[in-house]
Amino acid sequence: MKRLVMILPLLVFLMVAVVLYRGLFLDPTELPSAMIGKPFPAFSLPDVQGERTLTQADLEGRPALVNVWGTWCVSCRVEHPVLNKLAEQGVLIYGVNYKDDNAAALKWLAEFHNPYTLDVRDEQGTLGLDLGVYGAPETFFIDAKGVIRHKYVGVIDETVWREQLAPIYQGLVDEARP
Amino acid sequence: MKRWLAAAVLGLSLGGMAQAAIDTYQFANDAERERYHDLTKELRCPKCQNQDIADSNAPIATDLRREIFRMLGEGKSNQQIIDFMVDRYGDFVRYKPALTARTWLLWFGPGVLLVGGFAVLALIVRKRRTPVPGTSADLSPEERERLAKLLDKEQTHD
Repeated sequence: MKRLVMILPLLVFLMVAVVLYRGLFLDPTELPSAMIGKPFPAFSLPDVQGERTLTQADLEGRPALVNVWGTWCVSCRVEHPVLNKLAEQGVLIYGVNYKDDNAAALKWLAEFHNPYTLDVRDEQGTLGLDLGVYGAPETFFIDAKGVIRHKYVGVIDETVWREQLAPIYQGLVDEARP
Repeated sequence: MKRWLAAAVLGLSLGGMAQAAIDTYQFANDAERERYHDLTKELRCPKCQNQDIADSNAPIATDLRREIFRMLGEGKSNQQIIDFMVDRYGDFVRYKPALTARTWLLWFGPGVLLVGGFAVLALIVRKRRTPVPGTSADLSPEERERLAKLLDKEQTHD
C-alpha cells in the first residue's frame, strides 16, 4: 500500500507527459467539421460563367469533390494544377468560387485551365457560411445523394491525395456503383 | 468665419473617424446591442485560434458578426443564434461549450482535481496528528505522582 502511494506521483507524471506529448503533434487549426453526414446545404446561386442558376440538386447523382476556392487565396493557386490533373483522371470536381471578384475568377480559369464541371458563384459568401467554411481552400466530399461525407482543409497535393483522399473518393465511387 | 471653417473641418474629420471604426451597426434598442456584444464575446473565431469574433479582424469574423446582427434583427433568440453557428462550425466556436457527456471532463475536471487535492491534504494532516506510541503527552499515574513529588520538592526549597 505504502509503495503504491510512493509510486503514484510518478504515474500521474507519466500520464500527463503522455497527454502533452501527443498534444505536440496535433494541429490546432484543424477543426472537425460539423457538416459530416449532413446533406449539402440548399442554395440557389448563379454559376461563375453567368450562364445558369445552380442549386444543390445539380450536385447530386455522382460522388464528387466540392472545392471552395478564390483568386485571393494564394494556396489555391498551388492546389489548382493538382485539381486539373485529378479532373483529367476523371475525378468529378465542383467549385465554389468563394467571396471572389467574378472577372478575376474568369480570368483565372481561362489562364490556368478549368477543372470544375460546375462552378458556383458565391460572391457574398452565403453558401460558404452554410458550409462552415473558414478559409480556402477547403474541399468537401459528397456522395451520390449529395450528403457531405468528408472535409479536407488546406491544399490538396499529390501526396495528400494519394495517401488520404483517393481511398475516400474511391470508397464513395464504389458505394455508388449498383 | 475662419473659426467656423476650422470647426466644420474638424467635425467632418471626426465623422470620417467614426466610419473607419469596424462594423458600425445600428441597433433597434440597447438590449439588442447588449446581446450582440455578449454573443460576439462568447463565440470564437473559427479561423483564428484564440480570439472571440468581437476581437478578430479576420474576414470570417466580420461575416459572422454581420450574420449575428442580421439574426438579431430577425428576432432570433441567443440560443438560436448559437445553434446556427454550432451547426456550421461545430462546438469549437463556443467558449462556453454545452454540457454533454463529451464535455463533462472539461466542465468538472478542474473541480474534481481541486477536491482531490484537498482530500490528499486532509489525509496527510490527519496522519500527522495521530500520536506515535511512546511520545504521548499524557502521563501515566506513576509519572504523575513523581512529577507532583518533584514539584513539591521545588516548592519546599523555595
